[in-house]
Amino acid sequence: MPRRTDISSILVIGSGPIVIGQACEFDYSGTQACRVLRSEGFRVSLINSNPATIMTDPEFADATYIEPLTVDFVEKVIAVEQPDALLPTLGGQTALNLAVALHEGGVLEKYGVELIGADIEAISRGEDRQRFKEIVRRVGADTPVSLVCHSLDDAIGFAESVGNKVVIRPSFTMGGLGSGLATDAAQVRTMVARGLAASPVHEVLVEESVFGWKEFELELMRDRNDNVVVVCSIENVDPMGVHTGDSITVAPAMTLTDREYQHMRDVGIAVLREVGVDTGGCNIQFAIDPVTGRMVVIEMNPRVSRSSALASKATGFPIAKIAAKLAVGYTLDEIPNDITRKTPAAFEPALDYVVVKVPRFAFEKFPGADPVLTTHMKSVGEAMSIGRNFTEALGKALRSIETKAAGFWTVPDEPGTVEELLARAAVPTDGRLYHVEQALRAGASVEQVSAACGIDAWFIDQIASLVELGAQVMAAPSLTPELLRRAKRHGLSDRQLAALRPELAGEDGVRSLRARAGIRPVFKTVDTCAAEFAAQTPYHYSTYDSESEVTAQLDRPKVIILGSGPNRIGQGIEFDYSCVHAVMALREAGYETVMVNCNPETVSTDYDTADRLYFEPLTFEDVLEVVRAEQSSGTVAGVICTLGGQTPLGLAQRLKDAGVPVLGTQPEAIDLAEHRGAFGRVLAAAGLPAPKHGTATSFAEAKAVADEIGYPVLVRPSYVLGGRGMEIVYDETHLEDYISRATEITADHPVLVDRFLDDAIEIDVDALYDGSELYLGGVMEHIEEAGIHSGDSACALPPITLGAADIARIRSSTLALADGVGVRGLINVQYALGGDVLYVLEANPRASRTVPFVSKATAVPLAKAAARIALGATIAELRAEGMLPRRGDGGDLPADAPIAVKEAVLPFHRFRSPDGSHVDSLLGPEMKSTGEVMGFDATFGTAFAKSQAAAYGSLPIEGTVFVSIANRDKRAAIFPIKRLSDFGFRILATEGTAQVLRRNGVAAEVVGKFSDGPGNIVEKILAGEVDLVLNTPWGAPGNSGPRVDGYEIRTAAVSMGIPCLTTVQAAAAAVQGIEELIRGDIGVCSLQARHEQLASWRGAGS
Amino acid sequence: MTDAILVLEDGRTFSGQAYGAIGDTVGEAVFATGMTGYQETLTDPSYHRQVVVQTAPHIGNTGVNDEDAESRRIWVSGYVVRDPARRPSNWRSRRSLDDELRAHGVVGISDIDTRALTRHLRERGAMRCGISSTTADTDAVLAAVLASAPMVGADLSAEVTTPQPYRVDALGECRFSVAALDYGIKSMTPHRMAERGITTHVLPSTSTADEVLATGADAVFLANGPGDPATADAAVATVRALLTRAVPIFGICFGNQVLGRAFGFGTYKLAYGHRGINQPVQDRRTGKVEITAHNHGFAVDAPTDGAVDTPFGAVEVSHVCLNDGVVEGLQAHDVPAFSVQYHPEAAAGPHDAAYLFDRFVELISKPGIAQRGGR
Repeated sequence: MPRRTDISSILVIGSGPIVIGQACEFDYSGTQACRVLRSEGFRVSLINSNPATIMTDPEFADATYIEPLTVDFVEKVIAVEQPDALLPTLGGQTALNLAVALHEGGVLEKYGVELIGADIEAISRGEDRQRFKEIVRRVGADTPVSLVCHSLDDAIGFAESVGNKVVIRPSFTMGGLGSGLATDAAQVRTMVARGLAASPVHEVLVEESVFGWKEFELELMRDRNDNVVVVCSIENVDPMGVHTGDSITVAPAMTLTDREYQHMRDVGIAVLREVGVDTGGCNIQFAIDPVTGRMVVIEMNPRVSRSSALASKATGFPIAKIAAKLAVGYTLDEIPNDITRKTPAAFEPALDYVVVKVPRFAFEKFPGADPVLTTHMKSVGEAMSIGRNFTEALGKALRSIETKAAGFWTVPDEPGTVEELLARAAVPTDGRLYHVEQALRAGASVEQVSAACGIDAWFIDQIASLVELGAQVMAAPSLTPELLRRAKRHGLSDRQLAALRPELAGEDGVRSLRARAGIRPVFKTVDTCAAEFAAQTPYHYSTYDSESEVTAQLDRPKVIILGSGPNRIGQGIEFDYSCVHAVMALREAGYETVMVNCNPETVSTDYDTADRLYFEPLTFEDVLEVVRAEQSSGTVAGVICTLGGQTPLGLAQRLKDAGVPVLGTQPEAIDLAEHRGAFGRVLAAAGLPAPKHGTATSFAEAKAVADEIGYPVLVRPSYVLGGRGMEIVYDETHLEDYISRATEITADHPVLVDRFLDDAIEIDVDALYDGSELYLGGVMEHIEEAGIHSGDSACALPPITLGAADIARIRSSTLALADGVGVRGLINVQYALGGDVLYVLEANPRASRTVPFVSKATAVPLAKAAARIALGATIAELRAEGMLPRRGDGGDLPADAPIAVKEAVLPFHRFRSPDGSHVDSLLGPEMKSTGEVMGFDATFGTAFAKSQAAAYGSLPIEGTVFVSIANRDKRAAIFPIKRLSDFGFRILATEGTAQVLRRNGVAAEVVGKFSDGPGNIVEKILAGEVDLVLNTPWGAPGNSGPRVDGYEIRTAAVSMGIPCLTTVQAAAAAVQGIEELIRGDIGVCSLQARHEQLASWRGAGS
Repeated sequence: MTDAILVLEDGRTFSGQAYGAIGDTVGEAVFATGMTGYQETLTDPSYHRQVVVQTAPHIGNTGVNDEDAESRRIWVSGYVVRDPARRPSNWRSRRSLDDELRAHGVVGISDIDTRALTRHLRERGAMRCGISSTTADTDAVLAAVLASAPMVGADLSAEVTTPQPYRVDALGECRFSVAALDYGIKSMTPHRMAERGITTHVLPSTSTADEVLATGADAVFLANGPGDPATADAAVATVRALLTRAVPIFGICFGNQVLGRAFGFGTYKLAYGHRGINQPVQDRRTGKVEITAHNHGFAVDAPTDGAVDTPFGAVEVSHVCLNDGVVEGLQAHDVPAFSVQYHPEAAAGPHDAAYLFDRFVELISKPGIAQRGGR
């Protein structure tokens, strides 16, 4: 059945900001879908609030709406676009939930929009846990015993009947939000209460625990002709009890016989058919009792998921792309397999390699959070690796994840007896395999370890084989080529070998030993078919085997672009965006593009993106081998290290030292910007002021610096991204406390102590520099004052309060910095404007997090331009060819240009302390957000309101506001609060704040602090009596009264999901937004239309 | 650890470690792409005289159990894997694969670049090879390889067939009985029929039509098996005799080739065969695709553009492989016979084609089909 001809326009819904449980895998799937649908001739419109995505680039859809993902806004888009059909299965749970809401609200019917790729009934059958269980039983398969509960009492009764070892799962939440394992009655009570609150339908499933069983997933696809294929099987190394997003997983399944696997496949297909998944992808999870083999079905996702992105990268079978084709009428046999090109997509991939995925966590960002892994997802990213055996793939994955330990033996052991080590291995945590390895090394048997942690003995034995290998490497009189070859074959990095053999003088010594023995990896191909057919797509991975498959290319010079690795807080999709843009620009400019990355969620690791893809860890060893392979198969113009964030940036100098041409800004310039002393000289030479600062390697030194420059001071370790370990310190006691916690201070990595500019406006600038001309990409004014990490701060572009003179000063300062540092490409500068002095806070000679936001707000592809400049193009040339505007730049936008507001999205509701309370939602100099949204409109108030709606749901237009303001903020807060009162809001305030408000004519009601006992504000928030919280924190960190009050207030707001503003500036912006909302009818406008507006303004000249 | 070498008939050599029994062996090198089911593969008689290269790197993870063997012994003449399991882990496992191979005297090799070998076979076609863990003398191994019999022209079903007839009873009530000509039958096949109320009389491959009919069977099943179908003249004669009597016939794999020859079609050797459990086959009447288990190096040469006249009336190619258009099934319109080139019993493999046994039951249930003259 060919493409449908009865529909011609399709609306695609994206997944919104990056949050835990929903990351850039949906940019990958959405981008594929948009590409496919357009190439099939459909008019594609798209709605997604996340500006950092490739899918929201204007060229991927006919009309792109960067608007909030709420029913209201989607309906507005539908009203404008009048699409024939809506495709909701590629935007995660967000898109699927919106589709259900649009259906239930009658919107789809009203506008005659057909849902494609999904069926409302099937979604409900798949997601309603009780109906799903009935379906599973109907097809003759098994499920854990369970009860759907709408009340606490029902749940408690049932849990008791199965021994209180139960899993609690709220209905219709994503990423397992609110779910968890209870092992006693008290836990049952708290977790059910929480789950009922988290579920939009106030429903939880309480079920028999299969904790500790083996866990598997199947990725399936179905077409309208009822053809079904299993794309991939995935086995979780961590047994049931750890969310699959937090588990180490392996593809294909390693420990099933064919009978067991085929039974799983039969059940999966039968369930898929019975649920009635229309067309497209779906994921089903299974658990198997390791003793009896009893198999139960756990759950299904009737849509493309994180696992399907992983499966696509693991197999070369592009699930999202095929799902989009199936949704418009094709059948699997009509779609060609991209990789072989001569066989169809109606088949099941055969792998001749092993894929391992390891999650990446960010517990260091949330000090109070419980680091034990549960059924509630906590990881912020993941890395995938491919090897020809499990040990090789595991080793590559562990070093891809870029934690302090880069595989076994690379960090000192935490001492412990065998019993202690077994006890540690029994608790699922980030890095549990390190405990497993250490327990084995300490003498525990494979059986003991397997029994302690529930990980299948086969996997434990694989780690035992590494323990034995490590011992051999250490014990051998010399590292013979044979032993070295075997070590490499099992995934040991040069760094690991160097740790085992100190006499080899480090990683470089091991590398030269390998070079002498001719031990080098070969590169194989991911081909979907285990070499049965020739692969036409160069999607490679390294392995220690005998034959390489990299074929010679002679026609075009090649550029290698290094990606950004696993998502983490501070380094995520924004950097992938820049890398993908570099690929697109350089390909168009006639280069052959080569991508290196290890993040399976991304667009950059789609084999359709670059000409050649290497799925490899971003370590020096692995990257250098890719460079060598590429050099031996063609001409390499160089490597781009400046677009993927800190990860590739950190490799630049070593690559250059190894003789690899580094393109664009040179490592020396990067170093200049990052080394405080050298950077200080650049500033001095350019005559630019910086806040007073100093460096320290001890408390005494830090105290001396702080005494000289005055409190408060901003303290942080050097060489960081995303503000890791930054704090604002108000007095000496806290300075001492900070230094004592910052354990890794060395002479090479001192602590930086800066004067903290208390009430300055912070400004972010992205600019391009080619050695002579500066292109000011955009000037962003932070809505929060300095002190909040720029990644967590909302900002506006064009700046809302800066005048032409300020911009001129910013332009000349940026030019001086770019020139002084030696930038050839992008530079990001953070300024603080205080007391009419423009201080330089820091400069980063690389692509920043804000590049996609600026590019979308100003219609200029900054990362593409940066890539071209790295290859020698000048800004003048790029202006002439039209990539950059012919005249003007992002600094001279007209007064009536639309305003873009970026707002950060924070993951606080994901983290709880071990006692179950939320972690504090207070913002500071350490970045905590996982993603961002953009509000784009003609006025600041509307744009801000949109950004809030996109990030947190709409701002309230009526109801109750609670305010509690620090003394320093009270004067500034009066006006916005008065406005809210004038709008008809009821104002609740703490006593001090209420007094000030009353004196200014605001009728504020006094409400008790948390410490005041019953009837206090925290109770009111939790009772749902408050719609908006404005709380600016004061008091020193720690246990002092005001701090604790603020903490309780903010965590209550987070758990109720109501907006909580922590700065007066944000409150002022919110008031403007609320005013626009009250005035009514906020419209939608496509990015293309806004860009046209900008272009016509530029065309008119100025 | 003992060193071992694998030498291909064109001289390409791979060095690795001995796996399974220590010794020497020769056979036709073929690669199998299934990621599960090594126990079934090893015990599949169709792999007789073949050295099987597993493309999946980890083999032996689930050990060997007492339920999954497809026949009484391991048939492969040699076994090539990349990373054998050090220990099995599965609740049904009884012993390790390494021990099992040694107990059956199967010579194997591990730790070689199996993907390189597979690519070589894909590009150059299936060819003979030898494995030795007793000598490092590649010339000697190559000489032994060149002296071994090629697969083309090999008549092997006699070597794997049951010497004596035996019976597999229906599970529950017996609705029909079927005579199965054992060219190399796998134990799952009579089991699939038994599940459907069929008692199967498994007969030696050399049985004549009269011997087949003497069992009183309602229908005849033509099994899979090794070797070159061009050599199976006696089997073809038997099948023609059965077709003349309008006995319902269902053939698979080698049985499909024998039936094809009985209809007058030729057979030919594929460059490197289909061996895996992920092969897409399309039913040309419904357009539906089934994912199927394959193990064949030869195929039927029949026109795929509509029914053709044969001495037994109109016969049509019913199934084709979507990967390469190879004939995967035949349907006779005027006699009650059909066959597929693949393995509906699916051990190892997906169960998508199990409906073919139901179709066989329907065919047996309607004995008048031949008289009605088909379409």
